[in-house]
Amino acid sequence: MGNTLILLVGQGIQMFLVILVAPAVTGIVRRVKARFMRRRGSPIAQPYRDLLKLLRKEAVVAGNASWLFRAAPYAILAFTWVAAALVPTFASGLMFNWAADAVALVALLGAARAILALAGMDVGTSFGGIGASREMMIATLAEPAMLLVLLTMALTAHTTRLPEIADYFIGAPITVRVSLALALAALTMVALAENARIPVDNPATHLELTMVHEAMVLEYSGRHLAVIELAAQLKLVLYISLIASLFLPFGMAPATAGVVAWIAGAATYLAKLVFAAVLLGVWEVSIAKMRIFRVSEFLGGAFVFAFLAILLAFLTGEVTR
Amino acid sequence: MIASVSLVIGIPFAAALVMTLIPSYRLSAFGNVLAMGATFAAGLSLLGVTQEAGTYFIIDDVNILFVILNTLVGFTTSVFSASYIGHEIETGRLTPLFVRFYHAMFLAMMGAMNLALTANNIGLLWVGLELATLITVVMVGIYRTPAAIEAAWKYFILGSVGISLAFFGTILIYLAGQAALGEGMPAMTWSLLQANAAKLDASLLNLAFIFLLIGYGTKVGLAPLHAWLPDAHAEGPTPISAVLSGLLLNVALYALLRFKMIVAAHPAAIDPGPVMIVMGLISLIFAAFMLYQRRDIKRLFAYSSIEHMGLIVFAFGMGGMLANFAGLLHMAIHSLTKSAIFFTVGHVAQAKETQRIADIRGLSVSHPALAIGLAAGVFAISGLPPFGAFMSEFLIVTTTFARSPWLALFPVFGLLIAFGAMLLRLQDMLFGEPVGPSHRVKASSLPLVLHLGLVLIAGLYLPPHLAGWLERASELLK
Amino acid sequence: MNYAYNVSHLLAGLMLVASFALLYQDRIFAVLNTFAAQAMLLAMSVGWEGWSQGRPNLYITAAIALILKGIVIPVALHRMIVRLGIHRDVEQVLNVGKTLLIGLALTALSLLLVLKVTAAAQNFTREGLALALAIILLGLLMMITRRNAVTQIVGFMSLENGLILAATGARGMPLVVEVSVAFSVLIALFVFAVFVFRIRERFDSVDIDALEQVRGDRK
Repeated sequence: MGNTLILLVGQGIQMFLVILVAPAVTGIVRRVKARFMRRRGSPIAQPYRDLLKLLRKEAVVAGNASWLFRAAPYAILAFTWVAAALVPTFASGLMFNWAADAVALVALLGAARAILALAGMDVGTSFGGIGASREMMIATLAEPAMLLVLLTMALTAHTTRLPEIADYFIGAPITVRVSLALALAALTMVALAENARIPVDNPATHLELTMVHEAMVLEYSGRHLAVIELAAQLKLVLYISLIASLFLPFGMAPATAGVVAWIAGAATYLAKLVFAAVLLGVWEVSIAKMRIFRVSEFLGGAFVFAFLAILLAFLTGEVTR
Repeated sequence: MIASVSLVIGIPFAAALVMTLIPSYRLSAFGNVLAMGATFAAGLSLLGVTQEAGTYFIIDDVNILFVILNTLVGFTTSVFSASYIGHEIETGRLTPLFVRFYHAMFLAMMGAMNLALTANNIGLLWVGLELATLITVVMVGIYRTPAAIEAAWKYFILGSVGISLAFFGTILIYLAGQAALGEGMPAMTWSLLQANAAKLDASLLNLAFIFLLIGYGTKVGLAPLHAWLPDAHAEGPTPISAVLSGLLLNVALYALLRFKMIVAAHPAAIDPGPVMIVMGLISLIFAAFMLYQRRDIKRLFAYSSIEHMGLIVFAFGMGGMLANFAGLLHMAIHSLTKSAIFFTVGHVAQAKETQRIADIRGLSVSHPALAIGLAAGVFAISGLPPFGAFMSEFLIVTTTFARSPWLALFPVFGLLIAFGAMLLRLQDMLFGEPVGPSHRVKASSLPLVLHLGLVLIAGLYLPPHLAGWLERASELLK
Repeated sequence: MNYAYNVSHLLAGLMLVASFALLYQDRIFAVLNTFAAQAMLLAMSVGWEGWSQGRPNLYITAAIALILKGIVIPVALHRMIVRLGIHRDVEQVLNVGKTLLIGLALTALSLLLVLKVTAAAQNFTREGLALALAIILLGLLMMITRRNAVTQIVGFMSLENGLILAATGARGMPLVVEVSVAFSVLIALFVFAVFVFRIRERFDSVDIDALEQVRGDRK
């Protein structure tokens, strides 16, 4: 009984931790980019202020918008938040462990994406439609690749539950695996595409020729926009956590290890987040955005990497059995 | 044994080195004939040696037959080359420098083929066959016309695919052998592999045989891997066409047979027979139909080679004493006949300055001797009595009929189709009003007469000594 | 799960990735660089096998792979492309996406085939053989789906890298060095042939398409 309580408390901490740090991670990325461009840049806390500002503003809704348009932001945030609660962050084996399945994760994110695309098309403006269709093109390529990556990890660890995969890699002896390197590359490419980062999309511009995510949310304002922005920031944290928990699981505490271990785990986790955010910032300033028509090649590459990864993982599994 | 084998392989290679130093093409042509004559003598000397299997080389009834056939046709082709190449220099198609190169390459190729035929090591077998293939690639491109370069390129691409797949198959055989015979040489020695075939891993052998069949099958010219063959025959110098059809295809077939013997000796491995029957029949029937559309005389006979290789592979696929006997006999007769045909075709092409069948008309009026030679060759290759091919084809069909009557219909069908095409084309060339240029050529009739004479004798009377030898070889191949 | 296995797994796996990279490239110089990288990986892999199997003569093969295929031939092809003015895009019969998908299918096929067939063999050999077969088939695929003569040569050489990998992976196989020398001679011969015959002199490009004009019977 006591154990269950601890697990529940841990799960609660994780849920609030991820949503609290989400704007900060985006802030760090922006800050790093600005510094590299020799600008001073806005403070790291700026995204929080933006969100608060948007929440205070009036939400303008187009006259022909349906209930879907109004409900969509909350649904998107809900799906993303639940997904983020499943990915192990500072501790593994928390309350939602039983549901923290790789396939469930992909399904939750897919649902959020579908709602966003519907909302983009709801008002009937051309930008929303363009954004939605581009988003779907990216999704058809990125989702299979992501599933393959997760299955590669599952094949190696003999389970599809994320916390157990993380535990397996913490415990396993260090070995060189080409399949893992390929899986990492593929997942990183998918993460870049899913979070609308360079080279697939540029979160800082509203250029009609290329924008994907921004085109879909162009009609939103006020509190609706705030919720959508928060969901996007949360998604970035989710992907960073996913990559970290699969490929850099060190420092993660078992759920029942006690408060001190939790604090240590949380510190490592936050350090990983900061490191990834800095890395992302450096990446974005050092590379150019690709034409939208080349995105399919980029994601096709991710798919090939992921497929190769799973083939090699299968081979290794068969050979060393 | 080693002494004879090293002569068979050594003489051509040594002579090839000497050839690169001789500037005069008359002298080098003479040297070529001399060296090939000596090699033929060395080949005949193999009949007298004790048959044994060493670490690197093996001599048994099967490969003595191949070696003697190889050196004989090599010798007569060198005689033919002397007159053919002389004409090519006069017309300026080849420069003396290229001719020097040509003779050296010819000898090196013969040496490489003999190496493949006498090797007891499956790696060495591969090396010999590939070396021979490579040299022919260079020789096919020797005229440097766009068509010749295309042919050489196609041959290179398909040939190298064959090379690689055959090598992968060889590695797999080694792996199978390694588990049973230990690491190192024994696992690559053919005689040991064959003797211990039952101990090898069946599934590895199966996979290996598939790769070897595709790899060496490309070189045998089995459809659908034959695309290089017509081009290479048509665009290269005619002596090379003769050697390609008469010898190189046989050497590749020999390699295939050696591996077939290993696989067939394993009770649980796939039976190579049906696979070879199917591939042989596809090649036979496909090539027979293709004969009708040929407009180029050398391509015509190239397709005829595919047809006959198909028939031979079919015979070996049937297996058993009698079918093997017929296959070996047909292979020898096909080599002799087809090279004789190419000798004639070479002279015809030189006389008429073209390889187009439509432009070679009225040969019986303008060049009666060539016309008779060509007609005799076509009759011989089509399997008309009293030539030897009649006997071997008759044997193949009757043994098939005795064992599975329905199956015998396919080769008969293919042979009849091919016969019709051959007669049609022959008629085009022999009769009608002569058109276009018509030169006198100094034809050397010795190779032609010798080959067709041998084929004729084989058709009328097979000496008991030879028949016994073939029987022993078929026994080994079983 | 020992050290020797890890290293050969890493090198062979990277060679397979390089094969896919070869199929992905659409510029000819990038193809040459990728090939050079693959040849160097092969050299390392062969050198490693020589060391771990205790067969010093494999170092010869490794040296040939490194010097000839890693450096000399890519440089020679590079200079040839510049001097003969061959255009620098890779012309494809099939687009990159489809080619890669077929490549994945071929890889899966070769892994399944080898794993099924070699159930009794040693683990090292099995994995090496499976990856080598995949590399061989991908080389074949490259030769089929690329029109340019230079890329076809590169495809053949990458196929051959797979063969050498398979041969050195088979423990104690004799004649490997001799065969690798024979192959290198073959390749050198053909690079040389393209040089000497100057296919460019006769055709506008080294495209096989241009060569195909004379295909079939003379009409």
